[in-house]
Amino acid sequence: MSSLLEVAGLTVAFQGTRVVDGVSFTLQRGECLALVGESGSGKSVTTRTLVGLAGYDAHVHADRLRFDGTDVTGFTDRTWRRVRGARIGFVLQDALASLDPLRPVGREIAEPLALHTTLSRAERAARVRELLESVGVPEPEVRAAQYPHQLSGGLRQRALIASAIACDPDLLLADEPTTALDATVAVQVLDLLGSLKDNRSGLLIVSHDLAVVARLADRVAVMKDGRIVEAGTTDAVLQDPQHPYTRALLAAVPSAHAKGTRLSTVERPTVPAPAPVLDPAPGGAPVLAAVGLRKSFPGPDGVARVAVEDVSLTLRAGETLGIVGESGSGKSTTARLLLGLETPDAGEVLVDGTDWSALTPEERRTHRRRLQIVYQDPLSSFDPRYTVDRVVGEALGVAGYPRGIRRRDRTVELLELVALDAGYLGRRPLELSGGQRQRVAVARALAAEPEVIVCDEPVSALDVSVQAQILDLLADLQARLRVAYLFISHDLGVVYHASDRVLVMRDGRVLESGDVRTVFADPQHDYTRELLAAIPRLATHATPPPTPMGVS
Amino acid sequence: MSAFTATAAVLPRTSRVRLRPGLILAGLFVAVVVAAALVPQLLAPHDPLAIGAEGAFLPSGGGHLLGTDESGRDVLSRMVYGARPSLVMGLGATAIAVTGGTLLGLAAGLGSRLTESLIMRLIDVVLSVPELLLALVVITLAGAGSTNAMFAVAFASIPSYARIVRAQTHIVRRSTFVEAATGLGIRRSTVVWRHVLPNAIRPVLVLSTIGVGTAISAGAALSFLGLGAEPPAAEWGDMLSNGLQYISNDWFLVAVPSVAITLTVLSITVLGRELRRRSEGRST
Amino acid sequence: MTARSAMAARLAGHPTAVAVAKRIGVRLIAGVGVLWGAATLSFIALHVTAGDAALSTVAGQGANPTKELLDQVRRDFGLDQPLYRQYLDYLGRLLHGDLGQSYQQRIAVSRAIAEQLGQTVQLAVSAAAVAVLLAIGAAVLTARRRPWRSIASGVELTLSATPTFVIGIVLLIIFSFTLKVLPVSGNDGPRALILPMLTLALPIGAVLAQVLRSELEEVLEQPFILTARSRGMRDTVVRVRHALRHALVQIVTMSGFVVGGLLGGAVITETLFVRQGVGQLMLSAVTTKDIPMVLGLVVFAAFVYVVVNLLVDITYTLIDPRLVTR
Repeated sequence: MSSLLEVAGLTVAFQGTRVVDGVSFTLQRGECLALVGESGSGKSVTTRTLVGLAGYDAHVHADRLRFDGTDVTGFTDRTWRRVRGARIGFVLQDALASLDPLRPVGREIAEPLALHTTLSRAERAARVRELLESVGVPEPEVRAAQYPHQLSGGLRQRALIASAIACDPDLLLADEPTTALDATVAVQVLDLLGSLKDNRSGLLIVSHDLAVVARLADRVAVMKDGRIVEAGTTDAVLQDPQHPYTRALLAAVPSAHAKGTRLSTVERPTVPAPAPVLDPAPGGAPVLAAVGLRKSFPGPDGVARVAVEDVSLTLRAGETLGIVGESGSGKSTTARLLLGLETPDAGEVLVDGTDWSALTPEERRTHRRRLQIVYQDPLSSFDPRYTVDRVVGEALGVAGYPRGIRRRDRTVELLELVALDAGYLGRRPLELSGGQRQRVAVARALAAEPEVIVCDEPVSALDVSVQAQILDLLADLQARLRVAYLFISHDLGVVYHASDRVLVMRDGRVLESGDVRTVFADPQHDYTRELLAAIPRLATHATPPPTPMGVS
Repeated sequence: MSAFTATAAVLPRTSRVRLRPGLILAGLFVAVVVAAALVPQLLAPHDPLAIGAEGAFLPSGGGHLLGTDESGRDVLSRMVYGARPSLVMGLGATAIAVTGGTLLGLAAGLGSRLTESLIMRLIDVVLSVPELLLALVVITLAGAGSTNAMFAVAFASIPSYARIVRAQTHIVRRSTFVEAATGLGIRRSTVVWRHVLPNAIRPVLVLSTIGVGTAISAGAALSFLGLGAEPPAAEWGDMLSNGLQYISNDWFLVAVPSVAITLTVLSITVLGRELRRRSEGRST
Repeated sequence: MTARSAMAARLAGHPTAVAVAKRIGVRLIAGVGVLWGAATLSFIALHVTAGDAALSTVAGQGANPTKELLDQVRRDFGLDQPLYRQYLDYLGRLLHGDLGQSYQQRIAVSRAIAEQLGQTVQLAVSAAAVAVLLAIGAAVLTARRRPWRSIASGVELTLSATPTFVIGIVLLIIFSFTLKVLPVSGNDGPRALILPMLTLALPIGAVLAQVLRSELEEVLEQPFILTARSRGMRDTVVRVRHALRHALVQIVTMSGFVVGGLLGGAVITETLFVRQGVGQLMLSAVTTKDIPMVLGLVVFAAFVYVVVNLLVDITYTLIDPRLVTR
């Protein structure tokens, strides 16, 4: 029996630039192949080319491109239309954007049926219900009439998968199918995908996340800059990577590492530490504390929704407190309350022992610079007209550096602290990469000489290798400057790596808190156990999953 | 929403910064128009008001490149002299409208809820009437004439600008970088002055270049309706409305000012759009 | 499936009647507010500038008025009443559809408008239909299609930058004077409607097309479009069935621009083509300084704007359920 997919020497170019450069792989029925790579690796374009949707101005060339034995290189759009949906199914990430928001979910699922089968409307409706049930959506009649925004993330993604498998395709292509989902939900969707491949069909999954892949794929191909740098069985690639890039990718995943080690291969900056500007906190008195915080917001229907309920925490100088939770857990609101950007309905925030809310707005203003924030999206936190120089300079102005040579020199020093050279002074953030922008944001946060830096999902939007560098940077700075971090993330692996103590939040409450190693090794609460179990780990079919984080 | 805000809202997708031939042509044409407005006496061969002895409705040729009109006046000279009133109308009306609109918009965007509500309701009311009708109301109350026409067009455009400025002020106020600046501990008034104002006003300034074209068009429309410049002044809209009466004799009299107005508005719009494209690329 | 679960399914997916009514109710109140504001501003303008309304009225007749006559006219018009009384009377009359009396024509403004309205409505509605159809056609067919897009874009740019009266004149020159297939002016018959309608429709259609195409191109880059195509749907069908709905939302927000453009353009078009209608009524009122007529027309324009916006808003709610469902 011929291979399901045979690709050899695939090249895709846009206006002269090769995005996919000589890619070759095969896929057999009953197997799952994963294409892994960071953004810009060409993995998504490859997938789209497999259904002839590379793009309007794409130049596609292949030595061999066969689907189930048929040569597809010469296919016109017309011929492709008979294959798409019927024999090849496509699942994209984030069903909220991948399903038509203006149509009920049932209509979306019925669409491939209408295009490729001769079922009557009633028969289609029945089949839609069947499909929804098969992907694990409860109450399929109700759900089919709902719109995507009315379903939860997990249900939406299941519905999207249902629409892709409606006509029972031989090949299912999934492009980052779980990236937009919370960890616990992602696990379920991955299991669903895994259950779909059987003797007759095959699954090609694309991801930037090696750990996701480990759970599902039989074989892995690692892509970089349009080429496959390494390929083989999942076990082989994950346990014994040959190519340096694969090794770097694996090394950068925090959960694979023992705590306290460096994640990236970037050199520690050799700039000598500046004279410490912070007075060390006397004997561990907390630099930031919150007692019984409560905050609610009016929802769209007017009913007040509690975002944060009875949250207390302490943070000492030089330590990192991680706050972990899924979306809607209240971690961001807590951060905003601590920063004084929102006023709590009840409870107090104490900065160095002084009650924040008891201060006048003017006094509060002068205290603000002691708590700085690094945002998830640094670009939106910079004035669009400002260069790097002005961004950092403004913060220095607040810290007492008047315009002039002193300010400039200090700006250069700060940039060097974050491993950017003076040449970046005149650049605009728009011209920088995600990692560089985040470094600038860190430099600005440091410029105000704060005691606490709140990091709100600081690495979530970055590629794994860049993520590693930023985490190392933050660790270096803390060691040197004794600044305290409040590290907020949904990614447990990252939180584990970066924090000393951790708070687990859910639905606005703190479920568990304590030393991060203790909490992760011996979770008290069921939810924490669930979260930990959902971490995509580099376990494969062959090796049993290690204890969480490799902690024994 | 007026026509200019509507057209301005549409941005061509390519962000390549190239000097397209269309752009160069537009720039050249605007330069010529500006020159004609500044020093018409250098560009026009005849006196635009001189009743011609040679005769009326002459075709092009002889000393008259574009012929003569119904009173024997040189059409080319009248066209050249007509540039100034049009540009004055366009620039003047836009300047007034942008200033007024910005002040109103800022007051609404930065002020208390009450101030904002009052101003925006007022703007809603005024915007419910088409701009041309508003201008006509001003003309009715104040009388016809080119200065009044300019104020009329300005008044009719203020609400659109005000709305844009207020919307921008809103967006900027809530943006992350303003929050970040506040988080640094900078005084509120300083944050407004340093971050909110410049970012809120910037898009309007860019849009106003396209607005100049629209104002010229509106001014010409008022003249066409007989409410603008007084004859025998050389003014494009007026030339057009005059020429209409003789359209069966000599439609050239109508074509010339039409082309002048259209090309001017078109060139300014093209330049304005390019400006917008470039500034958007930098700020987003 | 039981009737109850079927009902639940329908309710879960579609906007509930209560939510829709609430939303429309809010818009209705806002609309009434705008109208009230327009009427009040109009009243202020009327009062401030009319100078002596009585004098203008009588002067219109060319007579040299005596003081008794003026007093009589003032009493007739209720101008001797205190201001707030006049205002309330004014509002009261408005609610009955009475927009005041024209100075010059000695005819009720509302009657004058009613007489002329038919012609303008013919013109405006046909122009609006043509504009929208052209815009949708241009956008759907040329969005993201390389050479066509630039060509269409250029045509639209030219049309939108050209003043309305120039377009009319060009059409006249081509079709009436050169080809001699269509009449130059007049009200009778569909043939006389064609050129004025095109003059009105083309600039508006051009702007609509640009906005629509821009929206459409943005929508076409969304993932759900890729999903639809990956199911095997043809490109044009995807555009019409999936993308268009999203982009139409944008046209819905441009309804104010369309109404304004139609009314304003009517003034110019009716003058150019010498047609009867509300537009030329406005123009003659302006030239004769007939202030009540001008202001009455302004209030009427505001009324039309509010009504159209309300209707459009209702349509919007039907198109996009996200606005109303949770």
